[in-house]
Amino acid sequence: MRDAIAAHVHDGDTVAIEGFTHCISFAAGHEIIRQKRRDLTLARMTPDLVYDQMVAAGCAKKLIFSWLGNPGVGSLHAIRRRTEPAALAAGETLLEMEEYSHHGMVGRYVAGAHRLPFYPLRSYSESDLPKVNTHIRQVESPYGDGKIWAVPPLNPDVTIIHAQRADHEGNVQMWGLLGCQKEAAFAAKRVIAVVEEIVPTSVIRADPNRTIVPGLIVDAVVHEPFGAHPSYVQGDYDRDNAFYREWDTISRDPAATEAWLREWVYDLPDRAAYVAKFGASYFEGLTPPSAPSGVVDYGDYR
Amino acid sequence: MSGQQPASRNELMVVAAARALAGKRVCFVGVGLPNIAVNLAKRTVAPQMELVYEAGVFGANPARLPLSIGDPTIVTGSTATVSMHDLFGLYLQGGRIDVGFLGGAQIDRYGNLNTTVIGDYAAPKTRLPGSGGACEIAINAKEIMVIMRQSTRSFVQSLDFRTSPGHLGGAVASATLRREQGWGGSGPSVVVTDLAVYGFNSDGEMELRTIHPGATLDEVKSTIGWEIRVPNNVVETPAPTAEELRLIREELDPTGAYV
Repeated sequence: MRDAIAAHVHDGDTVAIEGFTHCISFAAGHEIIRQKRRDLTLARMTPDLVYDQMVAAGCAKKLIFSWLGNPGVGSLHAIRRRTEPAALAAGETLLEMEEYSHHGMVGRYVAGAHRLPFYPLRSYSESDLPKVNTHIRQVESPYGDGKIWAVPPLNPDVTIIHAQRADHEGNVQMWGLLGCQKEAAFAAKRVIAVVEEIVPTSVIRADPNRTIVPGLIVDAVVHEPFGAHPSYVQGDYDRDNAFYREWDTISRDPAATEAWLREWVYDLPDRAAYVAKFGASYFEGLTPPSAPSGVVDYGDYR
Repeated sequence: MSGQQPASRNELMVVAAARALAGKRVCFVGVGLPNIAVNLAKRTVAPQMELVYEAGVFGANPARLPLSIGDPTIVTGSTATVSMHDLFGLYLQGGRIDVGFLGGAQIDRYGNLNTTVIGDYAAPKTRLPGSGGACEIAINAKEIMVIMRQSTRSFVQSLDFRTSPGHLGGAVASATLRREQGWGGSGPSVVVTDLAVYGFNSDGEMELRTIHPGATLDEVKSTIGWEIRVPNNVVETPAPTAEELRLIREELDPTGAYV
């Protein structure tokens, strides 16, 4: 992970760590914090705790998003402190914000991935969002049926995705909530794939429908067990909802937030140390009982 | 059922919302109270209902109450798990959703909703989460139901920011726009609060339908920031049954986290 972030994430980059509630690469976020990247534009549908932590650590100058909260809990307090003038600390500046709806954010990645100038959608009519985000514009349908809203392509400098498994070539397989990882990866200039398990290519090829991203577009593959904690990986470990609630308390207090970053990010060398600090029994408590899929038969055609 | 505690106001809200879903087929679910209402409806008045979660699940069968909108329990045992592009494009904008649930920090008399900011957008007093999927649910779901607690801070004369359109400035303008712009939905139909149930009249304006047991008309009026329309035929919301309360307390929210 250290090498992947050092090679592919630079100051001033637009970075997308995607994964909708599921498979969020906190391990990558923490490594970016450790390497003290600055002036990043952070894109994510739901900034979640990972961007709250990166904003608290001073990595970000701008957010591109569609829903800004601690899912199921409440607010992202570090980000709120950088968005509400009354809460701004001395010497701090307001974060730049560019916001869409979920469909609009998905559409931005789709347009980026398809190398198209915009993505058309029906959202935004009679909403105030286009008034505060001039990137949301109307275009005339060339087929004479009125105007449609459009959002511009988003092509991150680097997209980071987390998944269950990949082979050494970076062919990534994933199940559970797919979010917009595929679209965000294809839209990016560089892609880092972080996985729970590295498997032989034969495993990938035995179930090709499960592949979301081919090694063709992946620049670095990182093997990082529990790398998505406190988010979750379907079938491997549950979401650590207790930590999501705990972060609400920690992040309300700038000093407690800084102390948490010190203890759990800066003072640890890597994700393996983070996992060891929790202890194996902690993750056993997050492991769900098994619910395997049936096996499908692709047939052997020669 | 003897010995059962009387219904709380949150339980009255959840039961009223669940009953409003009678006979509905495909429902776009939110977290929190809408989630409990929808799961209660599936166990009572709408057993055939398909639960759709914006995280990318059609036909969810959650075995526990999801804390977050993307809880893994909505995936296991679902009919289909799809990308968010498919969910918002094929399912929602494609017109497959009958009912969408929305809430907000502010609602006005036409059912327009604010989930973005309190105060000025550029220098907000309170920064709220923003649209998420709300803006497109409001436009594309065939009908919208709203669940929120009512107070003069939330039921306001004018919104600080319109995130999701309801009946805009009235029914005629709303119907014209929705038709001209090809929106799939007809807008909000029901608003359920901790005190009452509201519908929308032919002008697209919210009006009182029923008052929950234990609430008064004065209380309803004094917690709304405009003069709410009150027809002559307002009756009491039918009280929750013992079975509805048992389902909420024993199966859906046994720890009392939400209700």
